[in-house]
Amino acid sequence: MSAQTQIAPAPIAPTVGRPRRSRRRRLTRTAWNLVGILVLVVLAFPVFWMISTAFKPDDQINSLTPTWFSLHPTLAHFGDAVHRPFFWDDVKNSLIIVGVTVALSMALAFLAAVALAKFRFTGQKLFIVLMIGIQMLPQAGLIIPLFVVLRRYGQVNTLTGVIFTYMTFVLPFSVWTLRGFLLGIPRELEEAAMVDGSSRLGAFVKILLPLVAPGLVATSIFAFITSWNEYIFARILLNDGAKQTATVWLSYFTGTSRHTDWGGLMAGSTLIAIPVIVFFLLVQRKIAFGLTAGAVKA
Amino acid sequence: MPYWLILPVLATVGAILGYPLYWLFKLSFERYGLFELIQHKGVGVGWANFGSVIHDPVFWHTLARTVIFTAANVGLTMVLGTLIALLLVQVSSVIRVLLTTGLVLVWAMPPVVAVQVWLWMTNFENGVVNYILTKLHVGDYMQHDWYASTFSMLALVTALIVWGAIPFVVVTVYAGLSQVPGELVEAAEIDGARPWRVFKDVTVPILKPIFLILTSLSIIWDFGVFTQPFLLIGQSRIDTSNYVMGTYLYEQGYFFHDFGRGAAISILMLLMVALLSVFYVRKMVRFDEVR
Repeated sequence: MSAQTQIAPAPIAPTVGRPRRSRRRRLTRTAWNLVGILVLVVLAFPVFWMISTAFKPDDQINSLTPTWFSLHPTLAHFGDAVHRPFFWDDVKNSLIIVGVTVALSMALAFLAAVALAKFRFTGQKLFIVLMIGIQMLPQAGLIIPLFVVLRRYGQVNTLTGVIFTYMTFVLPFSVWTLRGFLLGIPRELEEAAMVDGSSRLGAFVKILLPLVAPGLVATSIFAFITSWNEYIFARILLNDGAKQTATVWLSYFTGTSRHTDWGGLMAGSTLIAIPVIVFFLLVQRKIAFGLTAGAVKA
Repeated sequence: MPYWLILPVLATVGAILGYPLYWLFKLSFERYGLFELIQHKGVGVGWANFGSVIHDPVFWHTLARTVIFTAANVGLTMVLGTLIALLLVQVSSVIRVLLTTGLVLVWAMPPVVAVQVWLWMTNFENGVVNYILTKLHVGDYMQHDWYASTFSMLALVTALIVWGAIPFVVVTVYAGLSQVPGELVEAAEIDGARPWRVFKDVTVPILKPIFLILTSLSIIWDFGVFTQPFLLIGQSRIDTSNYVMGTYLYEQGYFFHDFGRGAAISILMLLMVALLSVFYVRKMVRFDEVR
């Protein structure tokens, strides 16, 4: 089918009725645009509704008729949210956990990524399979052994236990994505540096490190997001109000009272989502394809 | 040299994953409740934990429910994601940029945050979803309680999961669509193929590896999902009638302090996911060799 038509490259140019056709095309385009706007409105609505509610006065929130966009925005709910017990404690815990997890993981993952990208060794394939396989483990399936083992070693209700737990999940994908970035560096550059008289280590520090820096930053941010968003392990392993993480804090917000403070809840939600949204906008393009690498040539 | 480089990663993974997995195996053959947890010593019971799970109708109901739940989530995610990716090709560039930004916003929403927004949008007293559905004349949804039936609750969870998963599928399929050679599509069109034929016979075969990878990833993720059903259904409403594998495991093993039996359930669940993963991992390794 295609072989035949490829020989005839000139498309049949519409000589008659061209204006009509282009008008029809424009109409189709407009119709698709309208569908596109509709899809955008539906998809983005929950995000819009979260932010819009966070700034709304209580009477508009509790009214039976929704106010789409408040003309009298208020910051009161943000004040309520941050003054709730443990907000700052738990945000601080999240930042410590995320910071240490990311720093340690990047250092360890980078070494392993160099091994995978720059060497050939027996067991390499097994290691790759391990790195991909671990990412597929359902976290719910691991809560019981992790809880029992960490409790046995006195690491329940400590940030250390959570940090190590997060590392087992952050490490595999970091190894995998960093390896991808390293493979993207042409071998000739490295060889040129060695010819110049640098040692392998010298070539590594002078040539490889600066080239892979953007990849390191992108991977770190992705690791940041994963750890910041994590819920189940933090919930299981940290059970003291002042020792929890931001996501666990948010999940306990509604509590047991009959009346929910929706304004405060949406303000807290916005505060916790903001760092993720900002970082995600920065790296989405660079990282999104790690999980489908090879299937999509990004 | 390379072995020294991978050693730190292997040691960490071995300590925090390998060692607990050994414990998981050990626990599944022991009676291990709160008393044993404090004593640091289980009592061997042989295969009793597995027997108890296998003969528990709740386990089989949960498994069946999870399979249907997963099929619905994955099916909806893939179909809607592909449709939106195709839509991205058709719209003008301004709309495309807007739509892509919207998708990235959705993608970036932390699941725990998204659950709170869902709870607020669907609340019984004045949820905005009830208001919109009533105004659109879908029916009278004022004061409708979405959390009254299992089906309705799981449907909300599905909506939440699909909404959160769509951006990844759209972005990946859209990237794949840009690899479909334009000449091939044009050729088919000149041959008189209608858009559906072009999609079915030209686009789909080229995108097949992408669809396979995305579908298998989605199955693995949705089968083991925990945060969304746990928090949206809420601990006070979770019971045997609305368990999915993740919440079942949490309740029966961790919450009821029956760690031995919970370990048996975990092993069964991990084995099922491992079987599902074999396909994905093999595909990934093969793609990697081609590269």
